[in-house]
Amino acid sequence: MSDDQSRLSRRNALKCMAFGGAGTLFALSGGVFTPIDLAMARAYDQTKEGKALGKPLFVQISDTHIGFNKEANPDVNGTLTQTIDIVNAMSEQPALIIHTGDITHLSRPAEFDVAQQLLSRVRTTELHTVPGEHDTTDATVTEYFNRFGKASNNKGYYSFDHAGVHFIALVNVLQFKPGGLGTMGSEQLAWVAADLKGRSSSTPIVVFAHMPLWTIYEPWGWGTGDADQLMSQLRRFGSVTVLNGHIHQIVQKVEGNVTFHTARSTAYPQPLAGEGSGPGPLKVAADLLPKMLGVSSISVVKHPRSLAINDMALA
Amino acid sequence: MILRNYRVSFALGVVTALGCTAALIATSARAVDVTNIVIKDFKFSPESLTVKAGSTVTWVNTDDEPHNVVSDAGLFRSGGFDTNETFAHKFDKPGTYHITCSIHPRMTATIVVE
Repeated sequence: MSDDQSRLSRRNALKCMAFGGAGTLFALSGGVFTPIDLAMARAYDQTKEGKALGKPLFVQISDTHIGFNKEANPDVNGTLTQTIDIVNAMSEQPALIIHTGDITHLSRPAEFDVAQQLLSRVRTTELHTVPGEHDTTDATVTEYFNRFGKASNNKGYYSFDHAGVHFIALVNVLQFKPGGLGTMGSEQLAWVAADLKGRSSSTPIVVFAHMPLWTIYEPWGWGTGDADQLMSQLRRFGSVTVLNGHIHQIVQKVEGNVTFHTARSTAYPQPLAGEGSGPGPLKVAADLLPKMLGVSSISVVKHPRSLAINDMALA
Repeated sequence: MILRNYRVSFALGVVTALGCTAALIATSARAVDVTNIVIKDFKFSPESLTVKAGSTVTWVNTDDEPHNVVSDAGLFRSGGFDTNETFAHKFDKPGTYHITCSIHPRMTATIVVE
């Protein structure tokens, strides 16, 4: 470590203490994640290394649960608004916003109305979504698709390219199996195979779905039963970033060139895997709540195969 | 017949529902006319129930988390119902009905209609 880096670390170790749970930035280079505290990342902005972290590519928002009004957070509209304020205050605006599902709590039209109204305040106008299981609980499973189904011809899954990165949006909340995990299903997996066919292995891939695409905790259904069939298709790519929501806390894993990351909710935290009776809202002291909610921003770093994930808490 | 997401008189509904739980478990082997299944701590209670054809089963959600009731055979599907809300379904035909909460698929129950 050079003297400069050493000084930077000491200075920022102190800043980290001031920021508390502000979050963590992960710089991904050639498939290896290097965690840097967000406070240090802010200081990095002033340095050559920091500038190399590049322009923010997109921001991930998840589990806004508009309509939730219980003790764990009686003001989910307020915390989403705070989240949007953080994004809007970024010095460089991301090109895209990705919402990884559970936009609403109960799939009700009025909840979708409020969510869309609040999200329309984001300065970045290009919004991509996938449904969470809370968005598809209406008896006819139509409300989400009436509003967000156009991109996918009402299938829910679709792909697009931006800045040389290939994005794949997947749905794993519709084909539940009793007692089981999320499922994508054979039709969707065949579509992924066709979508990836002929694509260069050097193309950075971002995959996003609501439920984790790796098994975090099976007894609570925190995983996707047929995720292995997806991963076998992604393995040949040099940089794969897999983003999920659903569990309302940050959990990460690196496996070869694949980096898995689940984001915080903007609405309420959930317990650690297996703690308590089930994956319901976790009630925490009011001053702790903002530290447990937040957004992730993903930047393209100079290395052509690299993306960096930067998690920001509301406080 | 599917009645979805109507609100019950909260205090009365829950007291009644909880009061019934023990009795329902005790009598689940024999047919009854009207009955409730309580949802508490991410479980249906009772998880197996026998009713007479023509009975209406009402699910009462006492969790802080919404749940739904979906027939595994695709015969009926409730909307999501939140804390202290209910869903009712009338079982006209004899048979064995497996149901799951599609929000939390580990939650399952079986209703036998005689």
